[in-house]
Amino acid sequence: MSCDCEKKLEAEFSTNKVDTSLMDEVIDKFKRENGNLISVLQDAQEAYGYLPLDVLKMIADRTGNKRAKIYGVATFYSQFRLKPRGKYIILTCQGTACHVNGSDAIAEALCEELNIKVGDSTSDWMFSLEEVACLGCCSLAPVIMINGEAFGNLTPKSARKIVKDIYASEKGVAVNED
Amino acid sequence: MKIRIGFGSCGIAAGAKKVTDKFGQILAEKNLNIDVSVTGCIGMCYYEPIVDIIDDKGVFTYANVTPTMVEEIIERHIVNGEPIQEHIVSTTQEPYPQLKNQVRIVLKNCGIINPEKIEDYTENDGYKALNKVVNEMTPETVIDEIKISGLRGRGGAGFPTWFKWDAAKKSKGSEKYVVCNADEGDPGAFMDRSVLEGDPHAVLEGMIIAGYAMEANYGFIYCRAEYPLAIERLKIAIQQARDKNYLGKNILGSGFDFDIVIKTGAGAFVCGEETALIASLEGERGMPRLKPPFPAQSGYYGKPTNINNVETFANVPWIFRNGGAAFAAYGTKTSKGTKVFALAGKIKNGGLVEVPMGMTLREVIYGIGGGIKQDNEFKAVQMGGPSGGCIPRALLDTPVDYESINQTGAIMGSGGMVVMDEETCMVDMARFFLDFTVKESCGKCTYCRIGTKRMLEILDRICTGEGVLEDLNTLQILCTSIRDGSLCALGGTAPNPVLTTIRYFKDEYLAHIEDKKCPAKQCKPLLTYTIIEESCKGCTLCAQKCPAQAITGELKKVHEIDQSKCVKCGNCVTVCKTKSIAVE
Repeated sequence: MSCDCEKKLEAEFSTNKVDTSLMDEVIDKFKRENGNLISVLQDAQEAYGYLPLDVLKMIADRTGNKRAKIYGVATFYSQFRLKPRGKYIILTCQGTACHVNGSDAIAEALCEELNIKVGDSTSDWMFSLEEVACLGCCSLAPVIMINGEAFGNLTPKSARKIVKDIYASEKGVAVNED
Repeated sequence: MKIRIGFGSCGIAAGAKKVTDKFGQILAEKNLNIDVSVTGCIGMCYYEPIVDIIDDKGVFTYANVTPTMVEEIIERHIVNGEPIQEHIVSTTQEPYPQLKNQVRIVLKNCGIINPEKIEDYTENDGYKALNKVVNEMTPETVIDEIKISGLRGRGGAGFPTWFKWDAAKKSKGSEKYVVCNADEGDPGAFMDRSVLEGDPHAVLEGMIIAGYAMEANYGFIYCRAEYPLAIERLKIAIQQARDKNYLGKNILGSGFDFDIVIKTGAGAFVCGEETALIASLEGERGMPRLKPPFPAQSGYYGKPTNINNVETFANVPWIFRNGGAAFAAYGTKTSKGTKVFALAGKIKNGGLVEVPMGMTLREVIYGIGGGIKQDNEFKAVQMGGPSGGCIPRALLDTPVDYESINQTGAIMGSGGMVVMDEETCMVDMARFFLDFTVKESCGKCTYCRIGTKRMLEILDRICTGEGVLEDLNTLQILCTSIRDGSLCALGGTAPNPVLTTIRYFKDEYLAHIEDKKCPAKQCKPLLTYTIIEESCKGCTLCAQKCPAQAITGELKKVHEIDQSKCVKCGNCVTVCKTKSIAVE
């Protein structure tokens, strides 16, 4: 039996086939800890880059949590992703200080440079662009963070250059300074 | 001789890593055997990357160091012994002038010690307070000392710390928990991050003392995932403290056991609320619940739990080294000690400052923060994040203490101070915070979930010129209903940014609604772009860059903007070299 709701729900997940055996270690690591669900999901995301449907089902079976609860927790927190993400995660800071110092223009420039919308990933899975509440580097506003490294005092131009530099180092080609 | 490099998130973002690498490389090339160590943030983020050269003459601080400057510093200062005066901002003889009016209790070690070395902390009196507490004091006398100090919660609400500790102590049961709230979520606040990155042992020491006072043996640090460096340094610090028996069984021979575990938050602002934080610790959705019972009676898995903020814990060791009375000597009648503020926004010297309670906003912003960027006009300072409000110029002489700030309609909050100038639109500011609240509402209470959304829609309308006068009335009614109809502080205080901006900047709302103008020139749909005929040189640059082909004109002749085509993107303003685009 299937209805629209079910299809809509399914569309939220990625059904990519993944090697779920990576999870054995994770589940083993936390099995003695009370209330470990968030930690398990965090490590799962660390292992796969996102939370694949098969992995979520497996977590439900192995931890004895209902699937609905896992879905509830995984969609409550902004850290968790149900779809794959790029190799480089660009977090654009939406804090007050960044807002006052022009973070919108930075996000616009990055969208244009990467040719994606906030929340999406580039088709080569190199970059994902996401918003984050506040990175806490307010005196360097506007700020972005790429894979844990913060870049501050940005202008739209310098933000574009950071992305270009990463592309260049990934592909081993020189950067066009224009 | 020693080299010390500022290696907080701010320093790293400003390029401290490249500077450190350069030092390593050149020192190796020259066969110089000099210790290069890292430290946290001294609070003057605008000077980062900061490099201290420490020799027998004292500390010389170089600001805004670039890799190219490194060679010069090594050659002239280190090899030839001649400090480069023009790059030095502080020396032992003449320390940073910005520090003159500050009192450093929480930030005492930040930017001084290496946070990854426990020896640096113990050499600076670290863990002396713990030794005294566990070996010479009883839980009762510990709580009494905190009561004498007058310490109040630094996370925002300002609840007396001794009262919470005492309540947890008096709760029945042998299993109790101490939780450090490091889920610093207020946009614009970053003092907890700096303390965790710069002096993690101070927070641990405060937590262990709290554990001793309430007879708990287990602690959690709930730290947000956006602070990877803070988590890394906490992990190192916890391991070091275990190795030295400041954590673990029979701490310092006292018979007291205590251990701490880090839990990483997963990104939800509401988890700064005590009961939501506990739900999150238990692996649930972080949704608040009704109080009472308070966490001190029934918290983590129903056990007595005490939750304090990072800064609160970081004050504790100092209080026991110097006495509660020494702490209470700072501050005002009801707000004792110091408060760390994160200065950001349109301020010249953004960063962290620690001042005695009772200093005025003016002294903090102008005296220490150096005033407004580009010497623009000060308009307002936002305190308390999405739960706080905007304090206008007329109230700049308000002293910073819990009660005085509350009277303005803002709150002390965790200590974020975002400074705004004439180019900040206050309606847009209110909309910005509402947008944040809408995204972060957990959805449990109807008023918070739907009411804030309706408010955001109204503010969106006002910012696009569709507002009507009746909107102001509707906003006020919604504010009252949301405040009264929400369970937790997130919803309860969500109207504050709107209420304070209507109270102090009603003229800006009216300009948006009646004149369809944005005085700060921030709300793009309300702007009109025209070409200033006198200065336009007819270079055609704006016409080329206009995405809507709204600009026409021949080379060397004055151009014109077709208002019906203009999409108000502002490209023409950015590209015009003669500043010939007027924005109204």
